[in-house]
Amino acid sequence: MDYSQFLMMPQEIGLLVVFLLVFLYDTFMPSKTLKGLPLFATIVFGIFTIFSFFPVQDGMAFGDMFESNKATWAMKNILNIGMFIVLLQSIKWANSDFVAIRRGEFYELMLLTLFGMYLMISGRHFLVFVIGLETASLPLATLVAFEKKYYESHEAAAKYVLTAVFSSAIMLLGLSFVYGITGTLYFSEIASSVQGDNSLLLIVALAFLISGVGYKLSLVPFHLWTADVYQGAPTMVTSYLSVISKGSAAFAFFVIMVQVFGAAYAQIWEWMLYAIIVITITVGNLFAIRQRNLKRFLAFSSISQAGYIMLGVVAANAVGMASMMYYILVYIFSNLAAFGVIAVIERKTGKVTTDDYNGLFKTNPWLAFVMMLAMFSLGGIPPFAGFFSKFFIFLGAAQTHNVAIYVLVFIALVNTIVSLYYYLLVVKAMFIRQDECAIPAFKSHWTEKAGLIICTLGIILIGLVSCIYTSLSDITTSLTSMFSMI
Amino acid sequence: MDLTLLMYIVPSLIMFGCGVYGFITRKNMIAMLISLELMLNSVDINFVVFNRYLFPAQHEGMFFTLFAIAIAAAETAVAIAIIINVYRLAKNVDINQITKMKF
Repeated sequence: MDYSQFLMMPQEIGLLVVFLLVFLYDTFMPSKTLKGLPLFATIVFGIFTIFSFFPVQDGMAFGDMFESNKATWAMKNILNIGMFIVLLQSIKWANSDFVAIRRGEFYELMLLTLFGMYLMISGRHFLVFVIGLETASLPLATLVAFEKKYYESHEAAAKYVLTAVFSSAIMLLGLSFVYGITGTLYFSEIASSVQGDNSLLLIVALAFLISGVGYKLSLVPFHLWTADVYQGAPTMVTSYLSVISKGSAAFAFFVIMVQVFGAAYAQIWEWMLYAIIVITITVGNLFAIRQRNLKRFLAFSSISQAGYIMLGVVAANAVGMASMMYYILVYIFSNLAAFGVIAVIERKTGKVTTDDYNGLFKTNPWLAFVMMLAMFSLGGIPPFAGFFSKFFIFLGAAQTHNVAIYVLVFIALVNTIVSLYYYLLVVKAMFIRQDECAIPAFKSHWTEKAGLIICTLGIILIGLVSCIYTSLSDITTSLTSMFSMI
Repeated sequence: MDLTLLMYIVPSLIMFGCGVYGFITRKNMIAMLISLELMLNSVDINFVVFNRYLFPAQHEGMFFTLFAIAIAAAETAVAIAIIINVYRLAKNVDINQITKMKF
């Protein structure tokens, strides 16, 4: 075996080193120093995040099962940034009384799920992809059940794990059909042998595959777990589920659909995705309006955001891919800002409904300000990053020059206006409504402040610093082999 | 009598259907987990049979099955642990009672 191919995966190795350091610290350091473990894990991961920006070698490794190119590199870096913010914000929570005894497990499981997501992004064989998917979703079930004293946490975890296994069984059935049709599980070989094949079995297989990955992305017919799990899980895990897990699944979905089944684009899956996107955006928006619990509200908002992310997949071109990655980056900052504020307030007061936020601006002006920016960015109001990400994703979809896709973009645009209503409801509660028993003024921990400041800077700057989108766009236009099947 | 591909695929798909039916109709979470195992195992049969009958030159399907079995075992372990925790807090594993959060 050629050991030099491990050099093709520096980011994976680096992440495993971070994991091992955290694990060794957790195991061998005296119990008095364990209070410093969350900070230690965050700092080590931060150093890793910076180092993983060094460019990697392009190419395939491990018998073409693993690919490293500029796009996977950029996507992993985007996930790293989000993961770093989540870890930063969870330091105080991890040291709170109920969680402190298990804080080591929290960080280890988080890092391992990120490793699974790396495999999903880089795997070019369905075995690697499935292992990555399960590595990313099974530890998350235990993380959802992390609040041991709270019944809701376990109810959410039970719902999550049962539906996750169900969906992965459906996806594996679809994969077995793909294997039956083509006789291989390599992405490149499947791509060449499904060319010109529009058999019924392939349609069934693709439908099963889409439903399996759609579950991870919480697209609408497969979204029923989302609200319950987001509500019951610890807020840090919810924010992780809503951005990192979703972002990695979206990228892997793009690669599978475009690179592997690109030949079946116009005949089969373009229309499946078309229908899914329309109902995802609409149902997500309509259900978000009636939510009073902010975590459930953000769950439905994240469902409709997943629909927007899928617009990049249905575009299936270089602009679509770049705008999808850009959308995920912006979405990470906006959603983590919103969840960061929710987590701080929940940790201090235990309040999570919209009505509790009445008059928040009077007592905690900075938190209200960050929440307002996050809502504006999620809704897509111009100076903030959310506007640019929506603009680019619509642009990418409209580039296919297909009347049906124009209609789809129009439906998405109308839904953006609907979504403004419920995002602004939260802003209205904080700024306009008054309440005598508003949440009292309090000071948040410096780590939470740091996380929120990073998110705020991201929301304001990413849209204005144009080189970020340009570099993503350069990366995806250089991937000619990716789009050769469309 | 020669065994053909269909003689394996049809029972395996019936098994999968039973799993889906059981998952939807059963009220006990352990029974739902058993149904999930049925579904996962029928997928394993599919892989092995496709490999044996259609593509006997390579063993890709067999290897996939080995990994799928391991993944299924891990899934069961996690699910059982969570169900035990639910039982400790709610004193039952009936899916109709686990409805504190909805809509």
